[in-house]
Amino acid sequence: MLSYIIRRLLILPLILFGVTFLIFALFSLLSPMERLATYINNPSVLKNPQAAQRLIEKYHLDDPFPAGYIYWVQSLMRLDFGWSPTANQPVWEAIKQRFPATMELVFYSIIPVILVGIWLGVISSVHHNDLLDQTIRVTAIIGWSLPTFIFGLLVLFIFYGILGWLPPGRLSTWAQYIVYTGDSFKHYTHFITIDALLNGRLDIFWDAIKHLIGPIITLSYISWAYLLRITRSSMLDTLRKDYIRTARAKGVEEKKVIHQHAQKNALIPVVTVAGMMIIQMLGGVVITETVFTYPGLGYWAASSAQQLDYGSVIGFALLFAFMMVIGNLVVDISYALIDPRVKLE
Amino acid sequence: MYRIIKKLLGNSASLIGLLLLLVFILIAIIAPYIAPPLFPDPYQIPRMSWDIEPQPPGFSITDDMRFIYESLGKPVTREQAIFGTAQGGYDIFYGLIWGTRTAFRVGIITVVFSMFIGIIVGSIAAYFGGWIDEVLMRLTDIFLSIPFLVAAMVLTTILGRGLDKVIIALVAFGWMGYARVIRGSILSTKEEAYVMAAKALGVKDFRIIAFHLLPNTIFPVLVQASMNIGSMVVTAAALSFLGVGAPLGYADWGQMVSFARNWIIGAPGKAGEYWYAVFFPGIFIILFVLSWNLVGDTLRDILDPRLRGEL
Repeated sequence: MLSYIIRRLLILPLILFGVTFLIFALFSLLSPMERLATYINNPSVLKNPQAAQRLIEKYHLDDPFPAGYIYWVQSLMRLDFGWSPTANQPVWEAIKQRFPATMELVFYSIIPVILVGIWLGVISSVHHNDLLDQTIRVTAIIGWSLPTFIFGLLVLFIFYGILGWLPPGRLSTWAQYIVYTGDSFKHYTHFITIDALLNGRLDIFWDAIKHLIGPIITLSYISWAYLLRITRSSMLDTLRKDYIRTARAKGVEEKKVIHQHAQKNALIPVVTVAGMMIIQMLGGVVITETVFTYPGLGYWAASSAQQLDYGSVIGFALLFAFMMVIGNLVVDISYALIDPRVKLE
Repeated sequence: MYRIIKKLLGNSASLIGLLLLLVFILIAIIAPYIAPPLFPDPYQIPRMSWDIEPQPPGFSITDDMRFIYESLGKPVTREQAIFGTAQGGYDIFYGLIWGTRTAFRVGIITVVFSMFIGIIVGSIAAYFGGWIDEVLMRLTDIFLSIPFLVAAMVLTTILGRGLDKVIIALVAFGWMGYARVIRGSILSTKEEAYVMAAKALGVKDFRIIAFHLLPNTIFPVLVQASMNIGSMVVTAAALSFLGVGAPLGYADWGQMVSFARNWIIGAPGKAGEYWYAVFFPGIFIILFVLSWNLVGDTLRDILDPRLRGEL
């Protein structure tokens, strides 16, 4: 086990190298001039060919590919990701500022997904092929077929446009005023819900929750559907096993058979998938935040992409790739820890 | 094969899926008759007015617009926008009908090309094994390390707008799943006696892969590919929605939805005034994806030998 974890950790730098190399390859599809534009915050410099040429040399943008890569990685190590015209601040600062908002959203999306998805999946498998199972299954397929951006617009349309319950954004104007101006509101975690509670401001807490519900539902409904399917097929598989038949033959209560004998083993593959789902959610963040104009990383990345702000888009991709690599590592290791049968290649 | 078709037709879910698909294919084929193009490029959606805000279903083309078309020598073929117009006066009905062709094009081309790359990478990795396998599979891992939508968004941002760019981006980051599946099934078949026999006879490696191994292992990949067409179309639409996909005015479902984005809430006091701007494009996309998923879901249940005879 230990040797597996060590081997997995040793591979990590290799994968990080590969990912940065891949992203640099994408970046290199741009001309040196376009790449230069991502480093400077004063576009008028670009109009002067000599000055631009000097800067291109300074940033090693016209060097051969391997050399360019090394210089680029060095600048990343210095946390110099370039300048983001969209955010009007350095890319790294923009990321730091928006990171907590996105994490708050992802964090609150994970919990209901895991609880609801697994619960429905187990119900569906126990009632295999009867009406309840078919209903849950068809609902899941329909959920699976609803593209995030349409679903999000629908939520916005019904719950904001018609009912006026769930407004877009992260906070109402009055709450923004309290949270971001003056010193009265202390930022401990940068999760507004938690900070509001710590500050004893229930009104701000409630306001933040109201803004979060729509994005949470939008970000997580596909994962519900997916997790449900995986749990269902894994449970069906397990319920067919000999030891379940033995348990039933012994006269163990059906409830016990399902929740203790079957569920425990059936959930092993679900753990991996749940981990992967959480990672995949990172991709959904872009669309969800754009629909709800939720001021996180995804919204920023989408507006940067529209305005051809390459530096921000690349910085965003690097960050998400990095989080995904780490996430995969955690999933793999926890999988190995949970299931001793896993034959590690 | 006969058994599969019989089951597909016998299951109500997949039957609905197949019928829906048939309708979409029909729409794509007869597009020039139900929505005659005005421009040499039929994918350019004609505008019915200069209005920025969407106009309701049944909206008639404005006089100045008609005058422009007529002075360009293009008689107006359709008087009314029966689904209304989107932001900028674009005819929603026209965009959706021709968008069906766009959807099939994007879905099928993307899936075929990424399947092709995946099969090559996966079969080489599995057949030769050793360090070749290690290198190719780590390469696959690296491509998988960036969330699909994020990767596609980055690549289309860099390449620029256009449907071809969208397809390139989707293929570049969409082949890994196929590579993994084909690798798995070749690994389990390459020790079979008939492969050994072919090797012993001195058949060339690539001939063994192409004529002995692939025909016996390609089926699961084909199923996966058919199931992926829907999700590829959604991803392409999502890119257009984010504003990095199809060029402005191109008949593309995602773009039709993105036109609706700013109008979804409606004017104060008139909530949902512009419902049609998102309703019709939304219905088209959802039904299209649903039809592929219904077929794919049944197909997978049929092919899963553990559940055989249960449906």
